[in-house]
Amino acid sequence: MSRIKRVHILLAAAAAALCVPAAGVSSPSGLPTSIGKGEGQLNLIAWEGYTQPQWVKPFEKATGCQVNAKYAGSSDEMVTLMRQGGGSQYDGVSASGDASLRLIYGKDVQPVNPNLIPDWKNFIPALKSPAHNTVNGVHYGISLQWGPNTLLYNTKLVKPAPTSWSVIYSPKYRGKITVPDNPIQIADAALYLSKAQPSLKITDPYELNQAQFNAAISLLKRQKPLIKKYWALASDEIDLFKNGDAVVGASWPYQTNTLQAAKVPVKDLIPKEGATGWADTWMMSSHAQHPNCMYKWMAWVSTPKVQAEQAIYFGETPANPKACPIMNKLSPGSAAQYHCGASASYFNSIRFWKTPVAACGNGQNDCMDYTKWQQAWTQLRG
Amino acid sequence: MAASLDTAERLSHREPGRLRAARLGLSGLFWRHPWAKALLLLAPPLLAFVLVYVASLVALFLSSFWTVNPLTTEIQHIWNVGNYTSLWDSSVFRTVTFRTVGIAAAVTFTDAVLAFPLGYFMARIAGGRSRAFIFVAVLLPLWSSYLVRVYIWRLILDDKGVLNWALGKAGLPAANIGYSNWAVWLIFAYVWLPFMILPVYGALERIPDSYLEASRDLGAGAWTTFRRVVLPLALPGVVAGSIFTFSLTLGDYVTPLLAGGTNSQFIGNVVYSQIGSGDVPSAAAFAAVPLAVMAVYLLIARKLGAFEAI
Amino acid sequence: MEQRGTRVALGAWTALVILFLWIPLALIAVYAFNKSNVQSWPIPAFTTHWFHAAWTSEVKAALWLSVRVGLIATGIAILLGSAAAFGVARFRFFGREAISFLFVLPIALPGIVTGIALNSAFIAGHVNLSEWTIVTGHATFCVVIVYNNVLARLRRSSPSLLEASQDLGADGWQTFRFVVWPVLSTALVAGGLLAFALSFDEVIVTTFTAGSQNTLPLLILGYIRLGQQLPVVNVIAFAMILVTAVPVLLAQRLMRETGVLRRGASAAVVAK
Repeated sequence: MSRIKRVHILLAAAAAALCVPAAGVSSPSGLPTSIGKGEGQLNLIAWEGYTQPQWVKPFEKATGCQVNAKYAGSSDEMVTLMRQGGGSQYDGVSASGDASLRLIYGKDVQPVNPNLIPDWKNFIPALKSPAHNTVNGVHYGISLQWGPNTLLYNTKLVKPAPTSWSVIYSPKYRGKITVPDNPIQIADAALYLSKAQPSLKITDPYELNQAQFNAAISLLKRQKPLIKKYWALASDEIDLFKNGDAVVGASWPYQTNTLQAAKVPVKDLIPKEGATGWADTWMMSSHAQHPNCMYKWMAWVSTPKVQAEQAIYFGETPANPKACPIMNKLSPGSAAQYHCGASASYFNSIRFWKTPVAACGNGQNDCMDYTKWQQAWTQLRG
Repeated sequence: MAASLDTAERLSHREPGRLRAARLGLSGLFWRHPWAKALLLLAPPLLAFVLVYVASLVALFLSSFWTVNPLTTEIQHIWNVGNYTSLWDSSVFRTVTFRTVGIAAAVTFTDAVLAFPLGYFMARIAGGRSRAFIFVAVLLPLWSSYLVRVYIWRLILDDKGVLNWALGKAGLPAANIGYSNWAVWLIFAYVWLPFMILPVYGALERIPDSYLEASRDLGAGAWTTFRRVVLPLALPGVVAGSIFTFSLTLGDYVTPLLAGGTNSQFIGNVVYSQIGSGDVPSAAAFAAVPLAVMAVYLLIARKLGAFEAI
Repeated sequence: MEQRGTRVALGAWTALVILFLWIPLALIAVYAFNKSNVQSWPIPAFTTHWFHAAWTSEVKAALWLSVRVGLIATGIAILLGSAAAFGVARFRFFGREAISFLFVLPIALPGIVTGIALNSAFIAGHVNLSEWTIVTGHATFCVVIVYNNVLARLRRSSPSLLEASQDLGADGWQTFRFVVWPVLSTALVAGGLLAFALSFDEVIVTTFTAGSQNTLPLLILGYIRLGQQLPVVNVIAFAMILVTAVPVLLAQRLMRETGVLRRGASAAVVAK
């Protein structure tokens, strides 16, 4: 393994020395200042639904870059794919916030020049240089879409309507609760505790010291007997709600849409404690073979029309607020439904996924890193 | 051996085609030197297998003796057995291992029980047409996508699913086994069943009627004949099938993920999330567990005389 | 030979097991016509819409890739697996069991381990992930299927038959054609079918040995993940059953004509 790693590092050095000029003219910082001619191919690791023919076909026509997409099942799978074969196999990845820092620190992705993406200037301010994809002022990708992790409930069976996350930790709906099967779920517990137990002094649900971390884990342990299933795929949760196995749970707006379309009496909300959320970023692989096509792709998916199309397909919110009127044209009312062009206060009520690292914001090194989160989650799932 | 050489020589005198002589010569060579034949037969598959698969596996397992830098998740070359001691110390790995092996054994047993009477009926009782029908009925399910079959089982076992609906119609209480280890066991038994039926049928089909007649003539009852004649002769088929059902369950990841409940993690699921978090050394160490389990399984199978039953 | 009661009981058991195998398949067929893209019982309404929706270039490409990979991997597995089985069955040597152990590893180890190990090896060797790396991955876990089936069969047939054949003047090819092949053919057909089926369904090893190609199971997993096109995967599975009925029937016919499915026909060549 380590030899492989070393080969990778050598390759990275070689790529840094040789390949950068391929992406047009480069500035002294090593970043390209213009996008060169497309290389004809583009290999992507994407979430299912992020490379729909609806916007891929016109892109291929306009740029001559043939898109080959591989769908990943989880953030962990994305990181593994990028780490194992990332060097030569893939040009880019649509990483969520819980994966992006891992990719940056693992040197699996390379810095990009956001000025080459015309629509980047139009992004909501919070997504221009967010902490999950920008380190020390260096951009490692272009934000794409975002969305909250909502509380989903069956309106017929859950009464009164919940207003707090406490409902998924209380025995009232024992055996009818579902939450995601993902270590990042620890942050949801921490977020709830930051309000329910202020004495823990949790300020950031992704920066937890040992005591705060232990409190979150023990809450999750108490929650476990109440849970029907930890859902792994979005369709798991849809099945659970449709077929009576779950009545309340942590969700994405996507499941709400699909269930409502199937006439299941469900609603979702952001409870009073706030919510965690995800924000996805297109990132360029360290040894991308087709960097110009990757730049063209990042520029393409940032345009208002594509942003709107993807937002509606997946049920998420565009980084580019110019997409909002187009969303309403495609599906009336959708812009408001997804908080397109949301106010800073709404946006700030959502704590976006980021990879937990040991270096806390307080300058100390006593936070639990992602490996600890994963180990604790494995312990919990048993 | 001398006799066979004589025969070969005599025959080649009688039929002096050069090709045939060469073929007989080669046969003779192999006959005199069985090692040559064994080597020739074994070398290509083993070389291909060792070069491609075993080598990459060894490389992976080497990393189980290294550690990971928690900050960068880069692998560091510090030799240690920490990954193995933490396997031993942490109860969660034991729980997951026992669950995985236990369900794999239960699935194997279930499939053997389901398959044996069917194989017996197919091989010894059914006529040509019904045998062909059963053969096709057993094989066709294999082509309807494993994932789709797991998914349809969820619909069957759901709270408001087909099973509970049918039980309700029959006036019986609901089963409520959706999203549990019962579901995982049932679905595994379902998807791997053909892998047990075919080798069991193959073994039963080869038992000559004359053996059973001889057994009866010697005064054995039906049960004794079954126990003393049929079972030993069919055992290699059952063992071959059990190796499939046991190991396929042992290494699976998808069914526990899709159909399992809150306590359904398999070794594969844990290894998967360890690799995802960048902790390849721990993952490699835990992957040594199914390696050891399979070694023990094959040893037991050999001790039972399953491989040498004939 | 068996008593009537035994025969009836065995027949009933067989019927029940086949029902167990086929009830889910019948449901898959029914839900291919599901109007909603969420599965629930009973089915809310019917439509044939998904049959048009399923026949896309994406599905066609994935299906064709899976068939190609499955056939090549099965071919390799039959060659390597039966050669190894012959070597192991006929000759005693130190480390014989180690070979069985080695071959069973790819299916006993979690798929992710095989996948990651091969992936690292390919990347280290600068092999671009392609259709051929998928074939390599699949062949590694298909070998054991053929190997075990053939080995179990060979252990049930006696080496003295081969001696007899040679004593009667047959050369290696004739011995193979008239003595070994009739004993072996069912094992090869069964092993080949099972190996192909396994390759045709594999997800995890494929994830890590494929570049951006999608095999059919990867595509299906993608469809399942978001569930937008859930009935489409039922259509695909339903169509697969119908389409594969043809080769299975052919294989069965072939086995019947060569006598391997005819009761007692081949028993004569098996001796204790």
